[in-house]
Amino acid sequence: MSRRLKTGGRLIDRDRPVEFTFDGKALRGYAGDTLASALLANGQRVMGRSFKYHRPRSVVAAGPEEPNALMEIGTGARFEPNQRATVQPLWEGLSARSQNAWPSLAFDVGRVNDLASRFLPAGFYYKTFMAPRPAWKHVFEPFIRKAAGLGSAPTEADADRYEFKYAFCDTLVVGGGIAGLTAALAAMRAGERVILVESRATLGGRAATDGAEIDGKAAEDWIKNAVEALEKSESVTLVARCEGSGVYDHGYVICTEDLTGFKADKSGPRERVWRIRAGRVIAATGAIERPLSFAGNDIPGVMLASAVRDYLLDYGVSPGERTVIVTNNDDAYRTAKALLEAGLRVPAILDVRPEVNSPIVRDIKDLGVKVHMGRGIARVHGNDAVTGVSVCLQAGDGAVMQEIRCDAVAMSGGWSPVVHLWSHCGGKLLWDAERAMFRPDPARPPTGADGEGFVKTAGAASGALTTAEVLADAAETVGGDAPSTAVVEEAPIRPVWVMPEGAGPKLRAKMWLDYQNDVKVSDVRLAAQEGFESVEHAKRYTTLGMATDQGKLSNINGLAVLADRLDRTIPEVGTTTFRPPYTPTTIGALAGEARGETFQPLRRTPMHDWAETHGAYWEPVGHWRRAYCFPRAGESHADAVSREVKNTREHLGMLDASTLGKLLVRGPDAGRFLDMLYTNMMSTLKPGRCRYGLMCDENGFLIDDGVVARIDEQTWLCHTTTGGADRIHGWMEDWLQCEWWDWKVHVVNLTEQFAQIAVVGPNARRVLEKLGGMDVSAEALPFMAWADGTLGGVDVRLYRISFSGELSYEIAVPASRGAALWSALMEAGADFDVMPYGTEALHIMRAEKGFIMIGDETDGTVVPQDLGLDWAISKKKDDYLGKRGQMRSEFHKPDRWKLVGLETLDGTALEDGAYAIGEGTNANGQTVVQGRVTSTYHSPTLDRGIAMGLVARGPERMGEVIRFTRIGQEPQEARIVSPVFFDPEGEKANV
Amino acid sequence: MSDISIEALPPVGMIALRGEMGSLGRAVEAVTDCAPPEQRMSTRSGDVTVMWMAPDEMLIVCDHGAAGALAQKLTAQLSDVFATVVEVSDARQVFDLTGADVEALLSKLMPVDFDRLGATEVRRTRMAQVPAALWRHSGGYHVMCFRSVAGYAMRLMEDARPVGG
Repeated sequence: MSRRLKTGGRLIDRDRPVEFTFDGKALRGYAGDTLASALLANGQRVMGRSFKYHRPRSVVAAGPEEPNALMEIGTGARFEPNQRATVQPLWEGLSARSQNAWPSLAFDVGRVNDLASRFLPAGFYYKTFMAPRPAWKHVFEPFIRKAAGLGSAPTEADADRYEFKYAFCDTLVVGGGIAGLTAALAAMRAGERVILVESRATLGGRAATDGAEIDGKAAEDWIKNAVEALEKSESVTLVARCEGSGVYDHGYVICTEDLTGFKADKSGPRERVWRIRAGRVIAATGAIERPLSFAGNDIPGVMLASAVRDYLLDYGVSPGERTVIVTNNDDAYRTAKALLEAGLRVPAILDVRPEVNSPIVRDIKDLGVKVHMGRGIARVHGNDAVTGVSVCLQAGDGAVMQEIRCDAVAMSGGWSPVVHLWSHCGGKLLWDAERAMFRPDPARPPTGADGEGFVKTAGAASGALTTAEVLADAAETVGGDAPSTAVVEEAPIRPVWVMPEGAGPKLRAKMWLDYQNDVKVSDVRLAAQEGFESVEHAKRYTTLGMATDQGKLSNINGLAVLADRLDRTIPEVGTTTFRPPYTPTTIGALAGEARGETFQPLRRTPMHDWAETHGAYWEPVGHWRRAYCFPRAGESHADAVSREVKNTREHLGMLDASTLGKLLVRGPDAGRFLDMLYTNMMSTLKPGRCRYGLMCDENGFLIDDGVVARIDEQTWLCHTTTGGADRIHGWMEDWLQCEWWDWKVHVVNLTEQFAQIAVVGPNARRVLEKLGGMDVSAEALPFMAWADGTLGGVDVRLYRISFSGELSYEIAVPASRGAALWSALMEAGADFDVMPYGTEALHIMRAEKGFIMIGDETDGTVVPQDLGLDWAISKKKDDYLGKRGQMRSEFHKPDRWKLVGLETLDGTALEDGAYAIGEGTNANGQTVVQGRVTSTYHSPTLDRGIAMGLVARGPERMGEVIRFTRIGQEPQEARIVSPVFFDPEGEKANV
Repeated sequence: MSDISIEALPPVGMIALRGEMGSLGRAVEAVTDCAPPEQRMSTRSGDVTVMWMAPDEMLIVCDHGAAGALAQKLTAQLSDVFATVVEVSDARQVFDLTGADVEALLSKLMPVDFDRLGATEVRRTRMAQVPAALWRHSGGYHVMCFRSVAGYAMRLMEDARPVGG
């Protein structure tokens, strides 16, 4: 039974009790506790159920590597699943729930999986795919979904906000242990800008817990002085509760700072993501103790030896009254010492090494502890809690020599440096057989732009084991003097990957490697046997190291078992890839400020506010919002659109066309350049005139269209589609910078500079005349001409162009005058029955005229010839972008799908995207199709459904009736007609 | 950070210049009396500031009413040279930020190393998801973005304002 000791606990404040709940039960801890230490202090050892077999689990670790004690923290809009209890500080009112247990943590029905574990070995999930199909759907999938899984997903939107912090430094130190502090001090003294991040609330790392003497002071005092010196310096930024999550190219490092997860007051941002550019990165990230693989090593009460020390010394919590220690190295003897000093019993130390005579082992023996050399654990007794261990020879097959009653087991399989940050950008590892660890190979660091390494490790992360080694390594890494400390002699480790080494199948099936994903020694051996020899394949087949802890405890043990089974060495097998983040990062933190109204930038035209106050119903167009229509009270959107179309055709309509791209192309070679970009001739356009043009990519496919105006001898203004503004600007710059770099052409994107207002309909000229200021007569400004002038006292450029078939002008005006001119036009237009119209009316009117729309009639596979736009393709030019592509035989096949108009026989509209049904079925048994609908509307002008579509040999089949698909209904019949439904002679615009 | 003032300025005069830097620099000096700016820097004379924007691009910032006439003078000065002069006064929004914690606020949104930002430097960068630029003035910073996203930029800065946040 775990409990709080009467004294001790350097991180807790016994004067400040903290109330919290676990699975609804009210409990009490102290300020400074983690959730895990507080639960242990309350005798709550079982903290969760395992992923696959639903075995009861308790904490094994005391840090970020914890695989078992995952909790659901908080409720409602502040609910967070899968939080590690070992790093979750306690706060007043914290509510925690265990995960993966049903109906309760103490009695879990899924435990039956454990009894059936023989049928759920590695890869069983994949094998279910090979069973008969119905079995997967009706048996396996429902079962797996119910049985597996960790925390539940939040059901409410997150109440918190998050933020980024961009920062810059010469040296970023990750880890505030004595190695990190030494490195930061040295960098500070060298005059560098330093940032030091530490994931825990307090700096100092293990040294403060384990005790050491540095520069003649107790470690705790040395740490205090070091932190004070760093805090005093203006060039140093210290950030606690901030984890170094990922290292990326060019010294870019993502660190995640917890701002409110440790306290009851939740005001302010929840987390801050530091996005740091560092000249160099010092990873002083320490090391993680490895578990040992013996049968029953997952029973609550079995813990890492270092974790036992942490709970004792940092939190004054005892994991048990009688703790058996099992180890293959000297470090675990420190745990024995701590236990004894706390007045707890250590019935035995089982040390797999045949003979050891180092000072700490002698000390412990002198204290009267029974140390059994060459021994290990055959198996742990107990279900929900350790009740004892069976002792065996490590060199044997597990024959039991003795049973020892105990309620806790402290295990140490040696230490693995935390090499993640070293490895994220490609730093290589080497296998240090003497220390039984993969450690960074200083000769093969991750390299920066200059070819030099930009990440270094310091201290235990480099593979240093003793305080003296840690300090020396940290000083050498940064180039300073190492603080002095006593050199303590330690006996070498003896690597142990399976305990006992001759364990049979029955024992191996109870030795856990990956606690979180329930992967056992037997599973890894099975994977090897089934041919998954690469460590990356074995990982995916068994799911070893694929849980939220990413195998921090299991990777090395797992690959050692794999190596043994394959008769290879550990370095031959190698490690899996270390990828960021180091521990799970919340999506909210990564999203930063991008949520709610700032999820995406919203682009507003100068007339946006007017439209908003006049009831616009918006549609998103890229990052813009455009008015779809302006419904009146009680009016449906369809009715509003219908009204807008009719009013524009009969009287006067106004459209906000500001989103269209406006690219100024200027220079001595501008004409030549535009002749290459457009399929037709732009160089021959006269100043003062406009021409409609098409742009294709190198393959000949149509990518954009618009009206080009010639401004003067060297200047053209190219209108693009709304979506094309930035894309075509980039396309032009690409050709100018990469291919035709010697052509004298400038492109300036003026889209933001101008508001553009379309004034459309039979009364268009009259409203402009009423405003007055320039001659807008047919003679002065014929169709496809433009002129500069003033309207109502505002400087404008007036284009007489039409996308509706009506008499129409587009007025370009500096953006700051856009709203004023719009209002003036609306006011002047009142006498002429003006109404604003939206994008849907725009679309309908262009479809009635058979004008194509990029993105409707084109989809990246359509050439202009498919759309009957041969007239816009110059035959005279030697070349233009797309010319060669359009020569491909595919585009000249006689049965190519080509643009036609479609008129339904019953007058209703065709379905958007409907297919034209052909004869018979194809090789795959699918209905043959002969075309599709590209645009379809109800035309208010003609009061019937009209559509455009691409149909095989379409233009040759005028008058033919073909059938189109309808979802859930009988096909619909439509006649092939000309795509120009309205005013085919163009009389309305020609006035 | 409650002492920070964020103000959206009325339109400022702006002229975009494209061309070979030597020619642009000579024309700008002749017309505005501003020395040609070094890479990433700006120069100032009276009410006119000339900013280096790209290896073949400068931006002139001046009074809104003066931009048209200034653009015409520059066009005349550059006459036969291959260069482009365009008035773009309405294409952008400039914000004025003052207060002790402005850098702390902006560092939440813009990847800028404020410690290394020169007194006359014009930093072209981004604010969250949109392009932006900033430069120092005597009491704080001017931040510039495109006009259509001015509302987004204002909202970002207001959201980043709270104390401790």
